[in-house]
Formats: sequence, structure tokens, C-alpha cells
Amino acid sequence: MNVVGYLVNALSLGALYALIAVSVGLVFGVLRQINLAQGEVITFGAYSLWLMRSLPTWLAIVLCFAVCIAGSLLLQVAVFRPLRGASALTTLVATFGVSYGLEALWLIIFGPSGNTVSMLTSLNNTVVGGAIALRWVTLVEIGAAAVLLGGLLLLLFRTSLGMRMRAVAEDLRAARLVGVRIGQVVTWAFVLSGASAAVVAVLATVQTPLVTPTFGLNLIIFALVGVVLGGLDHLGRATAGGFIVGFVNSLLGSVLPEQELVFVTSLTFLFVVIVLVVRPAGLLAPRGADVERV
Amino acid sequence: MTRSALRLTAELLGPLALVGLVALVAAHLSTSDQTDAINVLVIATIVIGLYVFIGNSGVISFGQISFTAVGAFAAGIYTTPLTTRQTTMPHLFGILARPELTNVESILLAAGVGALFALLVGLALMRLSGLSAGIATFAVLEITYNIVANWDKIGPGPTTLASVPVTTGVGQATVGCAAAVVIAFAYQRSRSSRLLRASRADALAARGIGVSIVRHRLGAFVLSGAICGFAGALYVHALGSINVTEVYLSMTFLTLAMLVVGGSQSLWGATLGGVVLGVLSSFLTNAVNGTTVFGFSFTLPNGLNSIIFAVLFVGALMLFPRGLARNREFLEKWLGDRPPRSGDALSGPGGVGTVASAAAGDAGAPGTAARSHAAVAEPKP
Repeated sequence: MNVVGYLVNALSLGALYALIAVSVGLVFGVLRQINLAQGEVITFGAYSLWLMRSLPTWLAIVLCFAVCIAGSLLLQVAVFRPLRGASALTTLVATFGVSYGLEALWLIIFGPSGNTVSMLTSLNNTVVGGAIALRWVTLVEIGAAAVLLGGLLLLLFRTSLGMRMRAVAEDLRAARLVGVRIGQVVTWAFVLSGASAAVVAVLATVQTPLVTPTFGLNLIIFALVGVVLGGLDHLGRATAGGFIVGFVNSLLGSVLPEQELVFVTSLTFLFVVIVLVVRPAGLLAPRGADVERV
Repeated sequence: MTRSALRLTAELLGPLALVGLVALVAAHLSTSDQTDAINVLVIATIVIGLYVFIGNSGVISFGQISFTAVGAFAAGIYTTPLTTRQTTMPHLFGILARPELTNVESILLAAGVGALFALLVGLALMRLSGLSAGIATFAVLEITYNIVANWDKIGPGPTTLASVPVTTGVGQATVGCAAAVVIAFAYQRSRSSRLLRASRADALAARGIGVSIVRHRLGAFVLSGAICGFAGALYVHALGSINVTEVYLSMTFLTLAMLVVGGSQSLWGATLGGVVLGVLSSFLTNAVNGTTVFGFSFTLPNGLNSIIFAVLFVGALMLFPRGLARNREFLEKWLGDRPPRSGDALSGPGGVGTVASAAAGDAGAPGTAARSHAAVAEPKP
């Protein structure tokens, strides 16, 4: 593989993490709370693809979206709503608990060894063989992320719903005063967040078909660290942060010698820690931004 | 005895009495049940370690179990007999290959290693706060896990480090846990802790009167790292073996859950949460292998214990958002000062005045202002 191949692969992993970052960032924007259990929504979607393996592919994907959105809304109703008014710390730990419980549930239902989703396997064929060795899925990931992020931008900046979401993210009380229905906006944030989790579930299972109970958790931890790296309180920066972590992770995986590959995780996180030491408010936050944000 | 002296006594003796109670019960149990009691005491020690940082600073950390991990492995490796060390871990660095330490030496070493590691991490991360800090400390946990699990020059790698001398009995676990209580108590009466609590209540006001938040946070972080490392040594010597997966996500969740359910802002809450949920967790884990309660014997499917624990935990958060101890110290409801009238330290009369008096070493309960659940507790809308 050559440099072009490394870069395209890094772009695609970055795109995947950017999508996860969006799904966390949307909820954070309106609620100021982090949903660690978002990873379980992705796992849920991935397992649903496995369960529906005998259905036509398009139907399975549609149902995966339904499952993820339903899962996301269920989290809102069962966890976030009862904890309304609780501190961000409490909710973070609570969603950690939800994640822990759900992982045990996946373990009971699906077992520890994992299930292979063999859907859209043709995407794993190479586009360009030889030295570059690109798989279709990498291109699809980049394309899907570009289209979805573009669509989200349009939604946020060109529709009434987007305007209301931005208003709530800016100042919840003021938004309520001018008549924005907060509940509705929050629900929409969870729906969109569930939908992006579904996209991630589909793309991630093509890339790594083996779905284990920690499938989503592994993704979400990287993405969350990326979100912090970019800057938690700004959706664009958070998304870019997710992208950067994916990009760096993939590049490190390409350049490290074989026997050191197990340490990619450490090096990626070390990179994040170093960035945070230099720029505590996030890599992309404007200079002089308030570090004591939340 | 004056009221405030009474309150101080209760603040220390409450948690100590709870630890003593566990020890007393443990002394009358069969050997196999004693293992569970020892485990409860060790886990409670970790929870107190978490409390020292999270409770005083109001900053969440998912990384403290890293310190438990390095403490446990340091104590485990250095007490493994030299010949066993050579055969099971042939790639160890020279400095780890010898000498062989005694039990007490290894425990002290674990506390030191935990503190040192916390110092390194803290220097990098203490400028972060709130959710950013929480997620960044997650990165620390991941790094520690990744390295310990894969680098055979510093430990057993992915395999289990077995044949560690089993030395943590009820006595040592009790003394260890009680020592953690006393240290946490002494710390929260200190000036540094007061200033930290003031910053938790209102970071801006605290900085305004010249409090160096980063420095005091770092102090709490290092002390917490020492206690967590120390508890790691107790842990490894209680089991006689350790695998890196034991000191990773699941322990992080369990101990954080205990702290939050007990009440993250008081020593009494941390101890109570550690003991009560420690007992619950032990019970559920045993139920997987079959247990008998009031004549009913039943067996939980493997994994259901975790689900039940998680459900109870999330439910407890909804019912008791401020924890079982309601963020009060032992008997503070009866012995304490009247609560500040305003619940909102950002806008209420609590604000700067209380921070200032805390800084001046006012003899009130630790952070009267801090205790009002504002600051961390109140998400900016």
C-alpha cells in the first residue's frame, strides 16, 4: 500500500468517527449532556442487521434505522427524561451504567464470541488493486459522511427545525421564552442521533463484520475522545475532532511495524492527551476560549 | 463538647464505624464468605480514593482505576518469588525482575507508584474540567489497559499474574480501609481541600480570590492516586492473582456507581456507597453460582447480575439524585449548620462571600457553599 492508500483509508475511518461524533454532539448540543450509551445504540443496530440477515438488504437497512431511532428515543424516555435536571456528571455516569448493563444483555443474548454480519460484502472488493488496494467501503464511508454532514448542515442552517435546534443549543431559556418547544427539539435531536448511529452501524459492520458485545463501546470511546479534542460545545468542532482521531488512528495503524500494532490505541490516546495539554479548550477552539466550560 | 467538635467527631467516626461493622461481621463468617467481606473492604477503599478526587473537586474521572491497576501489578510483581518471576515473565525489565519485597513494602510501593502515575497524568490533565476531564481520563484508562495488556516487559501481559502471596486478611483489609477513611478525613479538613471545594462551587469566584484551582486539583488527584494504588495492592494480595481485565471498565463502572449512589460529595456517602453496593455486588456475583436467601435457593444466569446491578444503579440515581447520604456527612443533618438559603451558588447569596470565607479557613462544614448542589450539579442550560 502506498501513501495515497494510507490517506484514503485514514479519511474513511475519520469519516466514520465524525459520524459518531455528530450523533453524540447533536444530543449534547440541546441537553448539555453526554450520552455514553450511544455506543449501545450502534451495537443494537449492528445486531439487528445480523438478526435480519435473511431479509433483502435494503429492508434490513431500513429496519436498522428504525431500530436505532427507536433505541435512541427509548434512551431519551427511560434515562434522560427521568434524570432531567441532574448534573452532567450524574447523567454521564448513568449512561455509563446503561451501557454496562446493555453489554451484559448482549452477552447473554448473543454470546461472547461475536456474530458475523455478511451484508454488503461486495463493498469489501477492491476498487483499485495492486499497490493502493482500496476497498469500496472506504469510498462509501467517505461519500456517506460527506452527504450526511452536508445534509445536516442544510438542516441546521436552512430549516426551521435547524434554527430551533441552534437556538436551544445557544441558550435554552431564551429559546423557551421566544416560544421554541424544547421537548420537540430534544426529541428530534435524539431521532437524528439515532439515525446517524444507524449509518455508523451499517458502515462499521461492512468494515469489521464481527459484531461483539463491545462493538459500539469501542467506537464511542474513540469518538468521544475526539469530540473533546475538537471542542465539546460546538457541533462542527466536535465532528472535526472525531474525524481527526479516526484519521490519526488509521495513519498510526498504517505506519507502525507489525509487532507494535497493538499499541495503536495508546498512541492515539497519547496524541489526544498531548493536544489537550497544549490546548485544554480543544484543538479547534478559538484561542483564549474559556476552559471551564461545563 | 461543642456542636462543631461533635460534628467533626461524627464525620470521622461514622465511616470508621461502618468499616468496623463490616470487619466485625466478617470475623464471624466462614472462610469463603470472608473473601467477600475482604473484597467489600478493598472496593470501599477504592471508592474512598475516587471520592478524594471526584468529591472534593467536582471533576469526574474515569481514570482512577488505572492507578489501582499499576498499584496492583507493582505489588503483585514485586512479591512474586524471584524464580517464578523468571519463568512466568522472562521478558521483564531488570528493575522489575528483582528484588522480592515483603507484603508491607509492596503495599507502600503500590501507593507510591499510584501517586507518581497520578502526578504525571494530573500535570497533563488537571487544566481540563467538567465533561472534558471525564472523557480525557477515559483515554488514560484505555492507555493503561492497552499497555499493561500488551507489553510483556512490564508485567504478565494478557495472561493472569498468578502465584502472588495471599496476605490480605480481614485484619489488613480493615486497617487499610480505615486508613483510607482517616486520610480522606484529614484531607477534607485541610485548607487545600476547602479551596478546592470552593472552586467546585464556583470556579470563577474561587479564581477571582486567587485560588490556584489546578494546583489544588492536582493535590487531590495525586492523593487519590495513592489511595487507589494502595487499594490495588490490597486487591492483588486478597486474590493472589490478577488479570488486567479485572482492573478496567467493569471495576471503573462499579466503583463510580458506588460513589455516586452513596453520594459523591461526602466521605460518609462514599463509604456507605462502597459498603452497601459492595455487599450487593458480591451477593449478585455469588447468586450466579447459586445462593440461598431465607430458605429460597436460586441461581442467576451469568450476566444477569450485571444487568440487575446496572438497573438498580440507574434507578437509585433517579430516586436519590444526591445519593443515599444526600451529600451530607454522618449525622450532619442534625449536627450541621443550617443549609444556605439559596440553592444556586452562581446567582444566590452563597456566591463569592462563602467562597471567601472558605478560603479564610472558616470552620464550617467542608464547603458549605460547595455542598449546595450548584456548580457541577447545575448544568448550564
